Amino acid sequence: MKYAIRAGDIDHGGSASARIKSELTEAGVDATTARRAGIVSFEGEMNLIVYSDDGGTLSVIVEPDAVIVELEDTGPGIEDIDLAMTPGYSTAPVWATDLGFGAGMGLVNMKQHSDGFEIQSQIGVGTKVTCRIERKGDWKRRRGRDHETT
Amino acid sequence: MRLPEIIDRLSLSVLTPALGFDSDVTGGYCGDLLSHVLAKATKGDLWITIQHHANVVAVAQVAGIAAILIVDGRLPSEETLARAKDGKIVLLGTTESAFAIAARLHTLLAT
Repeated sequence: MKYAIRAGDIDHGGSASARIKSELTEAGVDATTARRAGIVSFEGEMNLIVYSDDGGTLSVIVEPDAVIVELEDTGPGIEDIDLAMTPGYSTAPVWATDLGFGAGMGLVNMKQHSDGFEIQSQIGVGTKVTCRIERKGDWKRRRGRDHETT
Repeated sequence: MRLPEIIDRLSLSVLTPALGFDSDVTGGYCGDLLSHVLAKATKGDLWITIQHHANVVAVAQVAGIAAILIVDGRLPSEETLARAKDGKIVLLGTTESAFAIAARLHTLLAT
């Protein structure tokens, strides 16, 4: 699944993520993993809308053991990643905070709901975030099945 | 507790009458910052908020929230209502404040 997210397109904010969660559920991904992937996608989608210069892409790859959510934009880039990862720190404009965005929890939420989290950013080049969400519920189900057959 | 009983006992308005609303409500979450709602609200929660723009529907879908209760008599836009209908998210309303309605919901769920 790959979605192009437009900068400033607040009216459609979260639509891609809601679709991603429901498509993951339809694809047989367990409910907890689908929810976590939905949360990670939502935060990433909103970051592209609120902060990116020209939008970016939100991609989701379903692997047998994990769901990978990847976000990429072409700028402006994050100056201080550690600061951006601090809970409560936000550079959101007033129009976004008025709507309940910009709580300074976006990247924190993405990390907390992922089992693997990588962020690379360069000023003037762009930002790439990769989140790996292990399909733990599906592992459990599979283990249960294996157990039944042995 | 089933949602219709909560609607009746708390005299809530149903803003999305075209949708069925017989879900089970197991708890509540009160908040207006969307990232906190995503991280903290759990499946089966009734989300109490002042936010009534279209993005709340996606938040509810992702978090698996039972229904959104918009407080202080605020009314959602046509766009929000359309999005809610598409996403099958029940929107409810009350003229009471978040504090007052959360207290009443808590009492109701505790009995």
